[in-house]
Order: sequence, then structure tokens, then C-alpha cells
Amino acid sequence: MAAELHVELVAADRSVWSGEATLVVARTTSGDIGVMPGHQPLLGVLESGPVTIRTSEGGTVVAAVHGGFLSFADNKLSLLAEIAELADEIDVQRAERALERAKSEANAAAERRAEVRLRAVTGS
Amino acid sequence: MGAQLRVYKRRIRSVTATKKITKAMEMIAASRIVKAQRQVAASTPYATELTRAVTAVATGSNTKHPLTTEAETATRAAVLLITSDRGLAGGYSSNAIKAAERLTERLRGEGKEVDTYIVGRKGLAYFSFRERKVADSWTGFTDSPSYADAKAVAAPLIEAVSKETAEGGVDELHIVFTEFVSMMTQNPVDDRMLPLSLDKAVEETGAKGEILPLFDFEPSAEDVLDALLPRYVESRIYNALLQSAASEHAARRRAMKSATDNAGELIKNLSRLANAARQAEITQEISEIVGGSAALADATAGSDK
Repeated sequence: MAAELHVELVAADRSVWSGEATLVVARTTSGDIGVMPGHQPLLGVLESGPVTIRTSEGGTVVAAVHGGFLSFADNKLSLLAEIAELADEIDVQRAERALERAKSEANAAAERRAEVRLRAVTGS
Repeated sequence: MGAQLRVYKRRIRSVTATKKITKAMEMIAASRIVKAQRQVAASTPYATELTRAVTAVATGSNTKHPLTTEAETATRAAVLLITSDRGLAGGYSSNAIKAAERLTERLRGEGKEVDTYIVGRKGLAYFSFRERKVADSWTGFTDSPSYADAKAVAAPLIEAVSKETAEGGVDELHIVFTEFVSMMTQNPVDDRMLPLSLDKAVEETGAKGEILPLFDFEPSAEDVLDALLPRYVESRIYNALLQSAASEHAARRRAMKSATDNAGELIKNLSRLANAARQAEITQEISEIVGGSAALADATAGSDK
């Protein structure tokens, strides 16, 4: 059996995704961080950004995460976020509209949120 | 129809209409409890993980943070009271208010000034009627609170806690809400949120005896704690709001159920009285007719002779 870790992606009001994974990449305040099985216990603060989870079946799950943190211990990774959406839950048109609106209102936080959503969908 | 009977009929009609309304409210509340309970359950994983993480940082590092260390002489405290926006929920709001009053009394006894923060129109009405000072209040979301609402409530509280006491900040943060135990039992409880007492946090997660690993902090323990504690307060307030919403619906359901039962009882008694009045009327009419015809018969019999 390939080494794998258990991932729980939890938003404030629901559990978004949980399962086994071989690699998780997330953005902390001091830069992107990759967590693989057997990583040392870690607690980090997350930035608004996409989280990429490589599942043990070989698939990839991408989620847009806004504000939160990750904790890793005993081969169990918890990603906690105030808002978390899986890429296929994101409404692209709505995010695009939100981006336009945020740009016109010069609302930096909203603009960043919309950008993260769009990036999670396109995977770039 | 006699006057008495008409009065009874009218009262029965009005009570029946009221009964229909209370019955509808009871059923609406019953369906909402289930939804509210589901929301409480959905928010639990986040709260559990968060408490675990907070405990891990606070025990695993030697960082001193204003939110985890108790001030030697606490002089000011904030109390957040959660009530409902609407009435007709039995003693739900007044019980929560009473619990807050007891807590305030106790804190004053310990020589602390108390700032009151209120969620819900009922609590606000109670305080403004008595012309008492309220530091801040929020209304309009008590029956289905969202996380954004909890954030809005938490923001000024966190700000007050992080400020120096001399500049109008507070040393302690208490919350009063109604705990949802079961469909039949809801208890108003008061709880100290900050400074964080670790034993209690550990108890809540049920992680007693579990040895937490030595964490590596990214970027640093202080920064992690700085980011974590506001989230912790928000999540606690969110949980309290959700539990209060579930309790509110349960209290309303119970109040409306007894109102419906009482209305049914009233209708039964009134229809008995109405029946008796109708029967009395009939009896009276018969005796009048019989008496009248007897008098007539007597009169004719007298004139014949």
C-alpha cells in the first residue's frame, strides 16, 4: 500500500471533503506548502487560495479556501476554512460577475476571493 | 337565538380561529427544530477541529497571548446575551435574560464593570425599556443564523478583548445562551469564552488523556495563535447561535402545543355551556307554551260555565 494520509476539508458550517490522499498543496501566509504522508506535526495559517488534493485513486480535488488554517498530526490532515468550495461547486459565471463588481468597487478582499474561485476552476 | 347562546357561539368561533393559528405555528416550529439541529451537527466538525488546534498551540508552546492568559485583576467583563427576535416562545427569552442578570450580578459582586452585548429583539427591548446601557446589539437573524452573522457579532467582541482595559477594552468575555439538550429540555447557560480555560476546552473535545504531538508552526506560534483565537471565538459564537435557534424553535413548539391544547379544552367547555344554554331556552319556550295554553284552557272553561 502506498503511503497515504487522511484529509478532512471542513468549512464552518459543513464538512466539504474527506478521504485519503497522497499529497496536499495549500497556501499558507508564508508561501505554498506541500504535505505528504509522514510529515512532521504542523499547524499553519492559510491564505485565501486554491487547495490541491491528490487523492490515492490518482484523481485531483481542487477547492477554493478563504481564511482558515491546516493542522497535520498522526497522518491526519485537517483543513479548516471559514468558506471552502470544491471546484465543481463553484459557479463560474457568478464568480466572474463578482470579480467585475469587486474591481469596479475597488474591493480588494472580494476581488481576491473571486480570483481564487476562478483559479480553482481553471486549475491554473 | 337567545343572547346568551349567541355570545357562546361567537366565543367558540374566535377560539377555533386562534387554535388553528397556534396549531400552524406549532407545526412550523417542529419542522424548523429538525433543520436547526442538522445545522448544529454540521458545524460540529469545524468546532471540534478548531478546539483541538487551539489546545495544541496553547499547550504545545510557551507563547503568552492576551487571549489565553488571565489578567491578575480583571476589572471589566463583556457579556454576550443571545435571545430571540420574536415572542410566543414561552419563557425562552426571559429565561436567558434572567441567566444574564444573575451572571452580571455575580460579576459586579466580584468588582467588575460589565458591558452588555445583545443578540435578538427581545433582549434589546428588555434592556431599552429599563433604559440600561447596551454596548452593541444585533437583530434579525436569530431563527436561522449564518456564519457571517456570527462573524459580525464576534468582531466588536474580539476588538474589545484585544484593547487595553484602560482604553475601554475588557478582560473577560462571557456568553449567555440557551443550550439545546433535547426536544423537551433547553437550559440557559453562561460560559466564559475568554480567557480560554484549557481544561474545559480539552473536556469539550473529549480528547482527555490524548497526548498532543509537538507541532511545527507555520509561520510562528504567535502568528498561529493570533489567527486561531478570533476563529475560535467566532466558531463558539456560531455554535451558541445555532443552539439558541434550535432551543427557540423547541420552546416555541412547546408553548404553541400547550396553547393549542388549552384552546381545545376551552372549546369543549364553551360548547357544553352553549348546549346547556340552548337546552334551557327550549325548556323555557315549552313551559311558556304549556303554561299559556293551560291559562287559555282555564279561561275558556270559566266562560262556558
